[in-house]
Amino acid sequence: MPSRLLSDGDVITAGGHITEPGTASQYKTGSWRTMRPVFSAERCVHCMMCWIYCPDSAIVAIDQKVVGFDYHHCKGCSLCATVCPVKAHAIEMVREK
Amino acid sequence: MGKRVAMTGNDAAAEAMRQIDPDVVAAYPITPQTELMHKFAEYVADGKVSTEFVLVESEHSAMSATVGASTAGARAMTATSSQGLALMFEILHIASGLRLPIVMPMVNRALSAPLNIHCDHSDSMSCRDTGWLQLYAENTQEVYDNILMAVRIAEHPEVLLPVMICYDGFIISHTMEAVEILDDETAKRFVGEYQPKLQLLDVERPVTVGALYLPDHYFEAKVQQARAHQTAFTVIQEIAQEFTKLCGRSYDYFESYRMEDAERAIIVLGSAAGTAKEVVDRLRSAGERVGLIKLRVFRPFPHHELAKALGRTRAVAVLDRSIAFGSIGGPVYLEVRSALLDQRERVLVLNYVYGLGGRDIFCEDIGSVYEDLRRVIEMGSTETETIYLGVRQEKLEQPVHIEV
Repeated sequence: MPSRLLSDGDVITAGGHITEPGTASQYKTGSWRTMRPVFSAERCVHCMMCWIYCPDSAIVAIDQKVVGFDYHHCKGCSLCATVCPVKAHAIEMVREK
Repeated sequence: MGKRVAMTGNDAAAEAMRQIDPDVVAAYPITPQTELMHKFAEYVADGKVSTEFVLVESEHSAMSATVGASTAGARAMTATSSQGLALMFEILHIASGLRLPIVMPMVNRALSAPLNIHCDHSDSMSCRDTGWLQLYAENTQEVYDNILMAVRIAEHPEVLLPVMICYDGFIISHTMEAVEILDDETAKRFVGEYQPKLQLLDVERPVTVGALYLPDHYFEAKVQQARAHQTAFTVIQEIAQEFTKLCGRSYDYFESYRMEDAERAIIVLGSAAGTAKEVVDRLRSAGERVGLIKLRVFRPFPHHELAKALGRTRAVAVLDRSIAFGSIGGPVYLEVRSALLDQRERVLVLNYVYGLGGRDIFCEDIGSVYEDLRRVIEMGSTETETIYLGVRQEKLEQPVHIEV
């Protein structure tokens, strides 16, 4: 069977049929992002503003500390970088290659 | 061996469908397709087929139900004409995009407005880019043969594309001709049992059909579909060769009729090819080097093969039975002209539009085309303007000049 999901590693079947059930949660929706947020752990003050604002729940936090991004679902909207406190400036948006 | 019987094109199509015995047929009546489904409904009522026959409320539903049945794993068919095909347009793309091997007899009829029930090719030609394969028939025999072959082409595991079997409304659909019908056993063995790759009803192997494809995957899915058309190219020939072994009738992308040493040729598809052959015979017996190409496969289009077949002619005329409004010529002309562009020796190409809304085409009309070809060879150039063959110029309203 050539394809299971619509993730990057899979080959598309004839007709684009998905041959495994319950795969919606595994569907990686971040591939069309043009801008990528880059996290600086040294600068982050863990105010959690980005975590609150992110419309795709793509801020990964462990024990109330931001550790980075879920790039499989982040769309690169830059909202996190916008709400990041000016003094911290812990999130930088760079162009996707 | 088969038996020879008198049948109309619609009867022959229904006969092929009876032998195919599809799992599901969903259809809505439209002239001139009606008698085909009328006949097939009789077979259903008489228990001659085991088909689930779904009577729907429109052609949009006919194609939708056919798509549904096909995704469920059924061998599914329908048939239509003109406005019916136009109403199916949205679902035609879905059938090909989902790679469903649906086979559909398509009885060619003019599109409204003005309202008209007679033959031209505007309906199927307006669906040339829907991703369906298109085969055209010259007569009732070819209708029958093409439908049987279409099932095999469509269901080939490396093709999996829907096929339209186009034939001329009334001229073929309602005209009785002698047809050789294969015996049921031979026909059924040739068509074979459908082995669906996709079965939505198989709960052991669940499948998602028609998922959202965003910019990251959609493009590849469509290119894959385009490649399947290229594969179909080879498969069409393989199936034709297998079919020839059964009945002796041979099929190709197109038929070359008296093309050996021809310096002038006409390209046409559908029933007009029969009329054109008569003219070719007359001119040949008068010593003129004329020939005919009767196109059978329009999608995928046989560019290379056609360029080879026409490469040694000096001038060709493409006869279109539809208008590509605002274009330099009809849909067949555009393909043929592109195919001949890379020839070392320039081949002059003329475009004619004929037979719209069932306007008859006569031997004299075709004779005049060969005469035009002789003239352009002498002149060494062509006008690129489309010539409307058989149109009554005096009936056209002159453009009104408004003084300002």
